[in-house]
Amino acid sequence: MTDAFRIAKRRRAIHGWLLLSPALVMLSTFAFYPSVATLWASFFSRETRRHPSEFIGLDNYRFLFEDPTFWKVAGNNLLYAGVTIPISIALALVMALWANSKIPGKSFLRTAYFTPTVLPMIAAGNLWLFFYTPDIGVLDQLFGLVGLGSMNWLGRPETSLWAICIVTIWKESGFFMIFYLAALQTIPPELKEAADIEGASRWTYTRRIVLPLLMPTTLFILVNALINSVKLIDHLFILTKGGPSDSSKLILYYIWELSFAFFDSPMAAATTVLVLAVLGIVAALQFGLLDRRTHYQ
Amino acid sequence: MTRLMPRIEAALALLLALVWISPLLFALWAAFHATTDAVNFTLSAPLILDNFRTAWDGAPWLRYFLNTFLLVTLVLAGQFFLCTLAGFAFARVEFRGKGTVFTLILLQLFILPEVLIVKNYAIAASLGLVDTIAGIGVPYMASAFGIFLMRQAFKGVPMELDEAARVEGCSLLGVLWRVYVPAARPTYIAYALVSVATHWNNFLWPLIVTNTESARPLTVGLSIFGAPENGVDISVISAATVMVIAPLLVLFLVFQRQFVQAFLRAGIK
Repeated sequence: MTDAFRIAKRRRAIHGWLLLSPALVMLSTFAFYPSVATLWASFFSRETRRHPSEFIGLDNYRFLFEDPTFWKVAGNNLLYAGVTIPISIALALVMALWANSKIPGKSFLRTAYFTPTVLPMIAAGNLWLFFYTPDIGVLDQLFGLVGLGSMNWLGRPETSLWAICIVTIWKESGFFMIFYLAALQTIPPELKEAADIEGASRWTYTRRIVLPLLMPTTLFILVNALINSVKLIDHLFILTKGGPSDSSKLILYYIWELSFAFFDSPMAAATTVLVLAVLGIVAALQFGLLDRRTHYQ
Repeated sequence: MTRLMPRIEAALALLLALVWISPLLFALWAAFHATTDAVNFTLSAPLILDNFRTAWDGAPWLRYFLNTFLLVTLVLAGQFFLCTLAGFAFARVEFRGKGTVFTLILLQLFILPEVLIVKNYAIAASLGLVDTIAGIGVPYMASAFGIFLMRQAFKGVPMELDEAARVEGCSLLGVLWRVYVPAARPTYIAYALVSVATHWNNFLWPLIVTNTESARPLTVGLSIFGAPENGVDISVISAATVMVIAPLLVLFLVFQRQFVQAFLRAGIK
């Protein structure tokens, strides 16, 4: 190796790190450091006026696992994910197939399906409040027309989480549709022609050709949907505040409540660590299962 | 039967579309009608603007609009700056340790800023950023997503352009500024649309880190305005909601194609 070559190599390395440094400083401050600090904080007891915070090992996790509210909230979030993810993905697929077909007015369809994506969740909460409010709400009035009585959708433990799920499905289906729409447009038309010549029905064509070709897109959407099932909680602030009696409380809302309403940051930290662990599994899923070439090269 | 199916399908598709925009339509309906007319669906009721007047007088909306505008501008400027530099380093500068750092940064795609609220608040407090617009924006500036996006865009720039500029005597930053940034224009536009839409709508972190109207963005303002303890009626809330979403919604309807393209580019590439 000549000196000139070595100097050039060193210069490139300096340039590289200089270019990266602003972003690395920011990422370290607001992502890496807080992750580690959260883990660390979860091993300490809550600071009160009488007792200073002290190291208690895994006790916070033990308290968390003994707390029925935690299990209630975790169960809610599982149900929330289990309901919203498959339904929004299925709806997104149907929407994309329609928006890509020969149906008249398909650009209107696309706009209508996609519009909720550009609205803030807070605004969505307000819009849906008009549907859910007992007596004067749109739903109650519709049910009133067919002779059903008034129903407090948000105020009853049996229905509150479902009402929350519906808003989320409404919000994210159109977003996922876009990705299916793009994937559909890359399917060569010859495949459709060949299927027609073979006499395959549209259903067979969709099931045997379109769906398998959409598989990578579905996995990509699935990862996004999993992340959303942790992240999309803004509408809780408007619609239910997690109630009644925790029936619609989700994990991230619970973390917010622990930390900023009950000021119990060690417990909030422990809960956060558990969420980060789940997100880590999702990350592993993404890197392991998804075709790296499609999205990362 | 074969004739009938497509029609049924078209009708279903249309029905779904109507259901999907109905919350918006009802909000518009309520915003322009007196509350009693709105909830009774009196079709002949007069259109009024009183709700907007009441809503406008009920909160410092001008301040909120200004804050949101400053916030999305600040976040976007920060993201463009940081992600351009880092994306360029990952795309075109060879050095040891690059792969490891890149994996580390990709990890951040899953460490959502929303989840780290507990510690990020402490950090913002120690930096004196609580209740400032910078405090709302700063955790989002070095976005792994943006770095990744710019890296992909820069990788698509032909090497010949790069070499030609270097032969002409351009420095590294000169090449970046004169060759790569102009070539990645569509990606910047896409990124800008996605970023503005995201931060215009963001709520949880702004809620936590602001505590006076001097830094509060629209979403937080709207949630406070609509809080049940304030006792505002549904028509006034609808008017406020319409007001808050109108700028972004109009932008979306006018630049619909670009918006859809932007979300696609941002998601797929």
